[in-house]
Amino acid sequence: MVFKRLMRFFSRLFKGKKTVKLGFYGPVNAGKSSLANRISKDFTGEEEFHVSKIPHETREIQVKEKVTIKRGKRELDFNLIDTPGIATKIDYTDFIRYGLKEKEAKDRAKEATQGVIEAIKWLENVDCVLVVLDAAENPYNQVNITIIGNLAARKVPVLIVANKIDLKKANIRRMKSAFPQYKVIGVSALKGKGMDEFYEELFNLVRR
Amino acid sequence: MKENITIQFIPHSELASVNSENKLKKILKIVKENKIVIIEGKLKADEEAKLIENTMKQIDKSFKGIEIASFEEAANFDFFYKIKSGLARMLLGDKFGLSIIGPATLVKEIKRDPSKIELMVNR
Repeated sequence: MVFKRLMRFFSRLFKGKKTVKLGFYGPVNAGKSSLANRISKDFTGEEEFHVSKIPHETREIQVKEKVTIKRGKRELDFNLIDTPGIATKIDYTDFIRYGLKEKEAKDRAKEATQGVIEAIKWLENVDCVLVVLDAAENPYNQVNITIIGNLAARKVPVLIVANKIDLKKANIRRMKSAFPQYKVIGVSALKGKGMDEFYEELFNLVRR
Repeated sequence: MKENITIQFIPHSELASVNSENKLKKILKIVKENKIVIIEGKLKADEEAKLIENTMKQIDKSFKGIEIASFEEAANFDFFYKIKSGLARMLLGDKFGLSIIGPATLVKEIKRDPSKIELMVNR
């Protein structure tokens, strides 16, 4: 442990500042892209990730490179890696209900299945992960458990972000009791609520 | 009109000597026959991820994916329970726990919370 920290210190000293590959993982429509946008907007002034109410809007890995996050005198460089939502089922008729034409819906479903595969493969390429969950949904969902289980097996540091705390149904206590061994932070990426505590925990996560 | 739902139980002994790839193949084959599979033992985290990957590769007009839930023990039980369950896991290995997997066209949702499991079926 001490040796690892020393190595990290010397590698930073001689190679310059490390860029942390920060993955955004979670089920579909939990607000991964919204959170990535919020971070990007707070520190670069730009929103680069597509968001939509239609599920599976993110169907490819999106990377925003070198976002410098500052906390007082500290600063860290991140590559924000937004991944497609992980799902166990995809039915194109669900997209038709959102007003998409059959051909569009089928294409979206096909791309979404590829996106899920890509997201799982990218678990190998991240340094730290934000598992973004919808605070108004049941946290005891197998997708959540599978994602967290795979990250734990790879020893990737994880911060659970319970998004959408502005919603009436949001239940942060339930989120915390579902994952007692992890730090759970409540935010509203859309409204910018809870972001200060989130950034503090993000710095703690990287230090681990 | 009556509709039959088939639940197939796979004991640990049937999968113990099979490698992960063949285990997942077998599970998906049964699920694609429109059956709900109950497996004695919990799938490993990487097997669950691979099962999702393989499911995505096989989604087509008739196969829409799966519903899955694995059960071990609730994480927020007390210290003595955790010791007992830890011992059980040591003795039973991957025989400990339970996994339920069903086709998404048949199983609408598997609701779980620390104290109960509910399997909601499409009708």
